[in-house]
Amino acid sequence: MRTQAFWNDPRIRAWFFQILAVLVVGGFIAIIVTNTVDNLNALNVASGFGFLQHTAGFGISQTLIEYSESSSYGRAFLVALLNTLLVAGIGIFFATVVGFLVGIARLSPNWLVARLATVYIETFRNIPLLLQILFWYTAVLSNLPAPRNSLEIGSLLMNNRGLYLPAPVGEPGFGFVVAAFFIALLGIVFLRHWSQRRRIATGRGLPIMWPSLGLLFGLPLITFWLAGAPLHFEVPELRGFNFVGGLRAIPELLALVLALSIYTAAFIAEIVRSGIQAVSWGQSEAAQALGLRRTQILRLVVIPQALRVIIPPLTSQYLNLTKNSSLAAALAYPELASVFAGTVLNQTGQAIEVLTITMAVYLGLSLLTSAAMNFYNSRIALVER
Amino acid sequence: MSFVRDTYLVETPPPGMNVGVLGWLRGNLFSSASNTLLTLFGMYVLWTVVPPLIEWALLDAVWQGSGREACLVEGAGACWAFVAAKFGQFIYGTYTFEERWRVDLAFLAGALTVGLLMIERMPGRRYIAVFGLLIYPVIAYILLTGGRFGLPEVETTLWGGLLLTFVVASVGIVVSFPLGIVLALGRRSQMPVMRVLSVIYIEAWRGVPLITVLFMASVMLPLFLPAGTNFDKLLRVLIGVALFSSAYMAEVVRGGLQAIPRGQYEAASALGLGFWQANLLIIMPQALRLVIPGIVNTFIGLFKDTTLVMIVGLFDFLGSIQVNFSDANWATPQTAATGYAFAALVYWIICYSMSRYSMRLEARLNEGTRRA
Repeated sequence: MRTQAFWNDPRIRAWFFQILAVLVVGGFIAIIVTNTVDNLNALNVASGFGFLQHTAGFGISQTLIEYSESSSYGRAFLVALLNTLLVAGIGIFFATVVGFLVGIARLSPNWLVARLATVYIETFRNIPLLLQILFWYTAVLSNLPAPRNSLEIGSLLMNNRGLYLPAPVGEPGFGFVVAAFFIALLGIVFLRHWSQRRRIATGRGLPIMWPSLGLLFGLPLITFWLAGAPLHFEVPELRGFNFVGGLRAIPELLALVLALSIYTAAFIAEIVRSGIQAVSWGQSEAAQALGLRRTQILRLVVIPQALRVIIPPLTSQYLNLTKNSSLAAALAYPELASVFAGTVLNQTGQAIEVLTITMAVYLGLSLLTSAAMNFYNSRIALVER
Repeated sequence: MSFVRDTYLVETPPPGMNVGVLGWLRGNLFSSASNTLLTLFGMYVLWTVVPPLIEWALLDAVWQGSGREACLVEGAGACWAFVAAKFGQFIYGTYTFEERWRVDLAFLAGALTVGLLMIERMPGRRYIAVFGLLIYPVIAYILLTGGRFGLPEVETTLWGGLLLTFVVASVGIVVSFPLGIVLALGRRSQMPVMRVLSVIYIEAWRGVPLITVLFMASVMLPLFLPAGTNFDKLLRVLIGVALFSSAYMAEVVRGGLQAIPRGQYEAASALGLGFWQANLLIIMPQALRLVIPGIVNTFIGLFKDTTLVMIVGLFDFLGSIQVNFSDANWATPQTAATGYAFAALVYWIICYSMSRYSMRLEARLNEGTRRA
């Protein structure tokens, strides 16, 4: 038997290198920590998360929850987080709608529409997002007229202070309408289930589309009418130099949403296009041969397979959009990066704590999304033998 | 009398509506009612966007002038005179005027290296690549910073404009390349510790926005080092950008590694090659060839992301344009729009040509696997 020197044994080598790696990384972290502690002591900066309870003392221009200058830093963090989620949510909605439309348009047999979609994608994808945000904010929205000469589009008002919408105000009894809506949703789920069972039993399902739509719109509308129309709209009014009442979207929010959704939509469009193209013609032809109608082919054969390709990169675009909302720091839209990692950091000087919290929030969002993604993927993945 | 025709019919041309321009129009734009509607909609979009854009950017634009008065004319469009007057600043930032030739030289050498690399039949392409990755950065560093060989020193606080944009993007990509390879190997390693460390590193950087990384680099990095070490802002930002992009690079390289069939590893082992030999001689040359398009795409992303350094107070291309909006001598309602339009045009040209290049490469790489 050939003897082997112990340093040539792969298992011993693996152990050696792993222990070495742990030592190097651990040592590196230890050096950083001691340096930081020394530096902080020398600078006399407080440490720990106690500052979250201290009074913030600054105002925030857009708050979804109650907040005043006497609120705590912790409260400011919550306000900022909600603003981040708000801009991400609106951005994701518009980016998805525009992205799907443009992606489908790019595959249109209509030459002009397909070319326009290509131009849209190639233009907005290749211009830095920050530039687009600043462009909308500085070159477009700030040049809008003053409130007195607002642009009116229906009941929307646009001026250099932002976008004003009539605010829906529910009166007592509106709760019934909301309840009716949820009952209608439940009804639809039940209907689908029932139809599926009948299809399995008899080979013929129930009509779903029209009854569902009827339920979804009919039930709340009837309740609304029975309850005596318990809803009115608060229209913004011009008082002095500004509008009062109604819903207001500040220009920073508008610029951010516009730029984020236009930019991300260009990427989503490409994802949608490649997803649809990934479903081979044979699939549609086979479905046709089975006698399915055009809408059925799309709904039952093409879209489910396209979605399998589309959804994973789509989620990562959603994540990108959420992370990119941090570019608001350039505009002073009050979200996580500008309020918390900006103002709060400058006021408290506790860089490490503040940045750790900020990064942890973004990281948490990312990990949550990718966990959900993996779950979804494992559910829809092709089951192979 | 016969019922069978004994002469050929004269061949008639196809109906005019099915060939030529008309046929194309009918087939591609007006084949059905809904298609016609779509075409009309497209024409409406074109009509609302293109003429005003041409009017603003070309017909009504002000091309010459030495101050805001030129652009304050009633109905004036883009103020290109502003761009012309500030062009030097947009390219070099506040780099010492007499020393700008050094930047030009560095740009030129860089462009030449990249240009030669893009020619596929170039003899000695490998040596050019080595020059570009190892020697060129040193030359560029000496040229740009100076302080040696009789070149006066130019502090990095003076750097700006397109120069800074290129410096941040290329340093980011060049430094992140070896880091990315190591991380990708780590992520695919059999050793659990290596794998866990790499995964944590990669996912942590990819999960946070670049802007928080830049904040971290400019605020926290000095705290991590022994008291008294003080180094300049540009270097801090460069470290942040390089660490950040190495995580993305690692994922790109991993994609390439995954595309290499097992047989290659097994064949390398059968030849008696060890881990490093197998990777350096067999796996990497194949994997890296596959990931060039991915690297170019990462570079495009990084190039666009360099605009963020503006938020931590460096004046890159976009930043130095933006900073000039506040020049009272050029304060007009069109200044901002013109500046942004110019910036958008420059970024667009650079990013679009790079993305075309990467698409062409991808097509070439697929040529071998595609069947006629």
